[in-house]
Amino acid sequence: MSEVKQTHSEPGWFTRLAHPGLFLGWSRHIVIPLAGLSTIAFAIGLYLAFWGSPADYQMGDTVRMMYVHVPAAWLSQFCYALMFASAIGTLVWRHPMADVSQKAAAPLGALFTALALFTGALWGRPTWGTYWEWDGRMTSTLVLLLIYLGIIALWRAFDDQLKAARIVAVFTLIGAVNIPIIKFSVDWWHTLHQPASVFRLDGPTIAPEILTPLLAMTLAFSLLFMLLHLVRMRTEVRKRRVRSLELAQARAAKGARP
Amino acid sequence: MIELGQHWEFIALAYGGTALAVLAAIAWTCIDAERTKAHLKVLEAARAARETR
Repeated sequence: MSEVKQTHSEPGWFTRLAHPGLFLGWSRHIVIPLAGLSTIAFAIGLYLAFWGSPADYQMGDTVRMMYVHVPAAWLSQFCYALMFASAIGTLVWRHPMADVSQKAAAPLGALFTALALFTGALWGRPTWGTYWEWDGRMTSTLVLLLIYLGIIALWRAFDDQLKAARIVAVFTLIGAVNIPIIKFSVDWWHTLHQPASVFRLDGPTIAPEILTPLLAMTLAFSLLFMLLHLVRMRTEVRKRRVRSLELAQARAAKGARP
Repeated sequence: MIELGQHWEFIALAYGGTALAVLAAIAWTCIDAERTKAHLKVLEAARAARETR
């Protein structure tokens, strides 16, 4: 009897997480707290970036550009990792929420990659004397932006979103080869770009008074990314419902015609 | 406001450009969400009307 009772009880956490209809239910409770947390994190991060951070002994005040450049660059790669995991969800489990996650993330990835390139170019001019250099890090990041744009174009090229999801997933898995190239480009080739100074096996090499605002801004940007991704996923679930209702409406109109 | 040194225009452009792009992304996400929600509401009302007929 107890087993029968369990079958009719509340759905498990994974079902709640993964079912599109239930996802709309639980995720709406997260949007406002996430927006609040993100706003607070930005307020603290910006305060630390302008008032809490000293000028760097070599770069001077231009070090403040790092507090927007590094979080954007981090998110450009984190977003791709998220899309990579979602692509596996699409291809292995054929889960609709994995498709939704992939589609919702791609424009955000493009945005943060473009911001990383934009702020990097602005930082490069006073630091290196040039906005752009065809070196490993910069070129591979530009390739990442082109991959994101290609993925967005692929999504838009198909009416059948289930078919699009599988093709985009394969493309995403192939494109993932660029992520280690971005990461290790500064070690493999002699470049203008400095080597990793935060995400290192032996720990960060940045002074704590500069590392603290950097981590605060990275947290703020990450919370903003999570918020935008969640809201875009909710919208995509609704868009799919719109599409199926429009099809039903069209079928009903066809059936009613004499 | 804090003194940003001789390269202040690069710093201002980096923060200003980032703020503009982030605000545009937030606005676009909110508008898209609201428009989709409204469209879905209309379609669900139409379906309910069809079913009661």
